[in-house]
Amino acid sequence: MSVFNQSRSRVIQIIFAAVFLVITIQLINLQLFSSKYKLAAENNAIYRKIVYPDRGIIFDRKKRALLENTISYDLIVTPSEAKGIDTLALCNLLEIDTAEYKKRIRDAIFKNTSVKPSVFEPLLSPDMYARLNENMYKFPGFMLSERSVRTYPYNTAAQLLGYIAEVDTAFLRKHKDEGYEMGDYAGMNGLERTYESVLMGQRGIKRFIRDNKSRIQGPYENGLFDTVAIAGRNLYTSIDVEVQQLAEKLLQNKIGSAVAINPRTGGIIAMVSSPTYNPNVLTGNARRKNWGRMVMDTAKPMYNRAIKGQYPPGSTFKPLGALVALDEGLITPSYGIGCAGGYGACGGVYVRCEHKNPGHASNLRLALANSCNSYFSDIFRKAIDNRKYGSTIKGYLKWKEYMNAFGLGRRLEVDLPSEDRASIPDTSKYNRFFGGPKRWNSCSVLTLGIGQDMMTATPLQMANLMCIIANKGYYYPPHFVDSIENETDEDTVLMGKYRNKHIVTNISDSAYQAVHDGMHDVTVYGTAAYIKIPGIEYCAKTGTAQNPHGKNHSLFVAFAPKENPKIAVAVVVENGGYGSVAAGPIAGFIMEKYLNDTISKAGLARVEEVSKTDLIPSAIKNWYQRKDIERQARIAMEEAAARAEEKEESHKGSTEAQLEPESRPVGGNDTGNKSKQIKSSLLLNNEPRKRRDTGKP
Amino acid sequence: MNRQNNISQGVDYVVVWLYAVLVAIGILCIFMVEYRTDTNWLQSFLGGKTNYSKQLIFSGICVVIALLILLTDSKLFTAFANLSYILGILLMLSTFVIGKNISGSKSWIPLGGGFNLQPVEICKIFTALALAKYLSRQETDFTKLKSQVIAGVICLLPAVISVAQHESGMALVYFSFFLVMYREGLSPAVLIIGFSFVALIISTLLIEPNTLAIILSVIALTFLYLSRKNIKKRKGLLYLVLVIWFACVGIQRFAVPFIFNNVLECYQSARVYSAFGKDYDCSQNKRSAKKSDKAPRKPDDYNVRQSKIAIGSGGFWGRGFLKGTQTRGKYVPEQHTDFIFASLGEAFGFAGSFVFLMIYLFLLIRIITIAERQRSTFSRVYAYSVASILFFHIAFNICMTIGLFPSPGVTLPLISYGGSSLVSFTILIFILLRLDADRQMVLR
Repeated sequence: MSVFNQSRSRVIQIIFAAVFLVITIQLINLQLFSSKYKLAAENNAIYRKIVYPDRGIIFDRKKRALLENTISYDLIVTPSEAKGIDTLALCNLLEIDTAEYKKRIRDAIFKNTSVKPSVFEPLLSPDMYARLNENMYKFPGFMLSERSVRTYPYNTAAQLLGYIAEVDTAFLRKHKDEGYEMGDYAGMNGLERTYESVLMGQRGIKRFIRDNKSRIQGPYENGLFDTVAIAGRNLYTSIDVEVQQLAEKLLQNKIGSAVAINPRTGGIIAMVSSPTYNPNVLTGNARRKNWGRMVMDTAKPMYNRAIKGQYPPGSTFKPLGALVALDEGLITPSYGIGCAGGYGACGGVYVRCEHKNPGHASNLRLALANSCNSYFSDIFRKAIDNRKYGSTIKGYLKWKEYMNAFGLGRRLEVDLPSEDRASIPDTSKYNRFFGGPKRWNSCSVLTLGIGQDMMTATPLQMANLMCIIANKGYYYPPHFVDSIENETDEDTVLMGKYRNKHIVTNISDSAYQAVHDGMHDVTVYGTAAYIKIPGIEYCAKTGTAQNPHGKNHSLFVAFAPKENPKIAVAVVVENGGYGSVAAGPIAGFIMEKYLNDTISKAGLARVEEVSKTDLIPSAIKNWYQRKDIERQARIAMEEAAARAEEKEESHKGSTEAQLEPESRPVGGNDTGNKSKQIKSSLLLNNEPRKRRDTGKP
Repeated sequence: MNRQNNISQGVDYVVVWLYAVLVAIGILCIFMVEYRTDTNWLQSFLGGKTNYSKQLIFSGICVVIALLILLTDSKLFTAFANLSYILGILLMLSTFVIGKNISGSKSWIPLGGGFNLQPVEICKIFTALALAKYLSRQETDFTKLKSQVIAGVICLLPAVISVAQHESGMALVYFSFFLVMYREGLSPAVLIIGFSFVALIISTLLIEPNTLAIILSVIALTFLYLSRKNIKKRKGLLYLVLVIWFACVGIQRFAVPFIFNNVLECYQSARVYSAFGKDYDCSQNKRSAKKSDKAPRKPDDYNVRQSKIAIGSGGFWGRGFLKGTQTRGKYVPEQHTDFIFASLGEAFGFAGSFVFLMIYLFLLIRIITIAERQRSTFSRVYAYSVASILFFHIAFNICMTIGLFPSPGVTLPLISYGGSSLVSFTILIFILLRLDADRQMVLR
């Protein structure tokens, strides 16, 4: 029998060999030709711990820190490890219900898988941290992780500094190659956004080996591939924190904006947009509470009117009108017209002038001092109808070119995100408006000469214009950051545009002198005569811009001192009426504070007075009242519900009472009513709520 | 007898050395899996607490057992073959009464001191002996169908019991005896039909039912066309082809889904499906649905995926001894028992794995060589049984770790941690060596 089947021995051996061959082929496939397994093994086993560096600090011009870093804690969860814990106990500690707990766990798994740690509750409040820290051992899978959070010791410049927030998916998509990861914080607005790359520093990565339960086994390759965290670099800005605070205070209870620039460098000293907010309400765990309300607020506290608000410059435009005519050689400083109360050369369009007395426009200086509408209408027409250019369109285009050169109708590339270019209308716009290029002429757009019509400018552009005039023909693009700590070549490129001198006109100093003299006269006997800076001569121009929606906007531009100007200011107060009334004093105090470093005793009383002047339109006040009523109704309902449940204390009620105990209002003029403090910290104009607050015990 | 004075006479030292090398590799691999940087390994090696030191103790026991076997008279094995088989079956049955549940299968008998015996491991030896005994009987004529059926029942009885114990992987191993029977004269058709059946099931899983039906029909028609002249002569061939075609389509359309949905448990079906890169929908499974009201959980192929990652990350030269992150991180479940090849593949790469496979192949070929030099049928059948059992274990285990086969849960011979496994393979091999040493004697 054995002889008979001997050959089958060979067959069995072949079967063995064949199976081993198949195994070998699969091994070759796995081990030699599939690189993904190596990667998968590393993803499994190597835990990359990100070491967050300290963010850079932003200093003002006297090296005072506008913001600082403090430590806050996040509660981190690894869902796969957080099984079988006392969910209810944790929920009680966190003051959430189990449904919310389950939802967050689901979200965490969805966002970051169940084996990777994700943020469960970000930025714990200090007492929450204390409570959790004691009980952490009960909750495996949860841990507390440090995170650096901004605080703002001066409670100021919220819109300039911006805020940092956790990156979202849209942000990650936009900044794909910059190494952000889910859970990182990045500057979202203001200087934090613009200088993100400088401030963020470089994250360090430590690699650890972990096992299948994500327990750390030790450093990977003894830390060979670890990188050290490099702290973010500091920014040194031209902001003067005291001037900024003063300007914010002066603009309280108003809607408007103020910008102050050092004309010699283009460094912005102060920039305010009112209403503003306390930057501390958008840091740490306060952010979540307040964000929604800030966004919903009809007065838009997060909207930076200084770079985004578009206002007709009105009479503050007149010095520029004069400069264009002077540069074109159309007039000389001694050019004058006779004005008898208005400009009527255009027939249909009649521009009224505030002055009737003869000789008030007999030269440039007088015309500026008296803000003669006729004079500037006249020289505007001269510029548009300049024979050199042949046609209205070409004349207008040349004029527009001037406007752009002076920084109007284009972005000044200030180092804040989302600056608006405002508007110097293009000819196409007028063609459309009038129905064709032949259908309009210098008379049709006559009021452009006095800063009305379709022209608008941002407060920043107006202040920059003042810089050009103060400097007699040049400017540095306005910016906040003077220097960066340990400046690199890359930073030098970034900062290069702010260090580049822009020469705008070729007008002689003597012609400029006429403009300066005229603007000086404004402060001596003109519209701004009663606004004085102790011991300093300054030049200014008031403006009262017609506002189709309501009361006129009050505008004021100025630079000081008259000789060797050190500060140029533009102030806009919406619905403020005459330029000298609402905006003028604000500009005056800003300049006084900056130049004299202090405000005279008499001035201080006046500051309080200006600060309290309420110029908020009734529509906005009504909105707040409505919201207050709604909120009160909601609180009342919740209290009733809480009583019905016979609970000792309703959580909602207590959170309302201690909404923001740590933040102080910027103005500091509060009476100490706690709930009023809350509101004013959120929004500097607390006036509309007074009625309700006083009504409350 | 002078044999007792010199037990080494006639022993095949090649096999002994291969055995020793493999056991050493096994202990090394278990050490690699269990090793932690902060422990004193020498101490824990001798401490008896860790798995590698336990395995070391087992291998010591195995040396004693091996010596005892070499000291016994080889006639003993033929004499007690049937008795031991009955004992083995009884042991297996006894697990239903005194069995201990370890990782889902109630197939262990507790021995005390933390040691457990798995009768199904030991029973392989007894079955091999019983088969050898039966085939070597003078009155057995293996060309007769009756003898073939009896031999098949001897082999498959333990398999049936182990399926009842939820040890389906072990049951598969008992099919290895069909290789032995093939060598002894079983018609190759059995192997071919068996292989074709497996191929059909696999293609059922891989290919759309309708597509596969069309493919089968095309094959049948092509065959009919090619053999049209033969069919004219013999009508029977036509009917045969038609019946086979009908059976194939029937299996493919109805039998396979029926088996997966009604016979196998959900996790088993899912394992089979996942081995071929498919997801099994447990809601179709009647057995799981009957057992519990809650929706059957969908098990994933985590084990095999991690095992493939471990082996794949080894590359050509491997990541080095004790340097594999998959192994150190314990990502592969059961990596000291069933999935130990994953650690080996990660640490020593393709080069190491290939050398390792060659050691195994060399051992198998060596055993077949030994088998063919036997003069007695008993020894030859037994030797083939040893080779086939080893081969099935190796093939199933390694194919499982590299994702070629669903994980049936068989150990890697002489490498995997576990006393039952090591001892039973030791006994298996050393009985062979004893028989081989006495090959000059005619044992019927």
